[in-house]
Amino acid sequence: MALSAANISVGDSHSDVLVEDLKRTQLVQYAGASGDYNPVHTDEKFVTEVAGYPTVFAHGMLTMGMTGRLLTDWVGDGRLTNYGVRFVSQVWPGDTLRATAEITAIREEDGVQLADISVTTVNQDDVPVVTGTATARLDP
Amino acid sequence: MPVERFPVEASHILMFARSIGDPNPIYQSESYAAAAETGGIIAPPTFVQASAQFDENYRLRPKIGEPWMGSGKDATGIPPKEPGEDDDTPTGMGARGLHAEQHYEYHRHIRPGDVLNATVKPGETWEKQSKRAGLLKFSETVTEYRDQNGELVITARSVGVQTEKAVEG
Repeated sequence: MALSAANISVGDSHSDVLVEDLKRTQLVQYAGASGDYNPVHTDEKFVTEVAGYPTVFAHGMLTMGMTGRLLTDWVGDGRLTNYGVRFVSQVWPGDTLRATAEITAIREEDGVQLADISVTTVNQDDVPVVTGTATARLDP
Repeated sequence: MPVERFPVEASHILMFARSIGDPNPIYQSESYAAAAETGGIIAPPTFVQASAQFDENYRLRPKIGEPWMGSGKDATGIPPKEPGEDDDTPTGMGARGLHAEQHYEYHRHIRPGDVLNATVKPGETWEKQSKRAGLLKFSETVTEYRDQNGELVITARSVGVQTEKAVEG
């Protein structure tokens, strides 16, 4: 079900847990599906000894993808016209992520009702890892 | 990344949706999707990132017979260069290249059967000093994904950053 302009207001929000206790295996899974095999995401030896990080960390695009699920679950399938994020902090194995989206504007463009949305994904310490915006096409 | 031919396939969409933890049947059930507004399976919003699979020269995929920066016998198959040496190596990219921003504009949502083509235009570059990571060098690229009919389907804007030091947190 898609959102309808008649039933939503600016300030309405939607929030959900994206992942609990993120597993290293999911980073492997994302590497395989996306084709991004950068060893900083999957290779403990490389990332600690060569790259100088404490352990592997998630692809930013995995967090963007997980955050996208919150948006599409809310606005409906095939309804996004824009979706963009900034990667503001790294996501590590063991993290639990929660995303919250909020309607910031409802407007009409070329006869189509649109909702502008802000979205933030935070980790278990409430530190934002991804912040972004999206626009979705609404039912009248 | 520029990609000449990116065939969009249902099994790839299924694997991608699983990898981001999205069980939505619109990404995997033909019968569910046929009855939905989209009229068929579509790809998740960030799926075009997987066009990397179809870039023959993608530098973040190990290739048969070529050195790879990840660990094997040693912690890396491509030892870091000495200071002053040409630093245009995958090691430098792998260790210090991070994704800063990603933006998509959807002209339509892509589906299995689409055959996309991606062209890349460089965007702006800028620098910023950071306490946490030293000098940050940002660079922007704009990728246009067109379908088999030459129609623009997704415009992607990506910002990458090279950091001086490893960033924790």
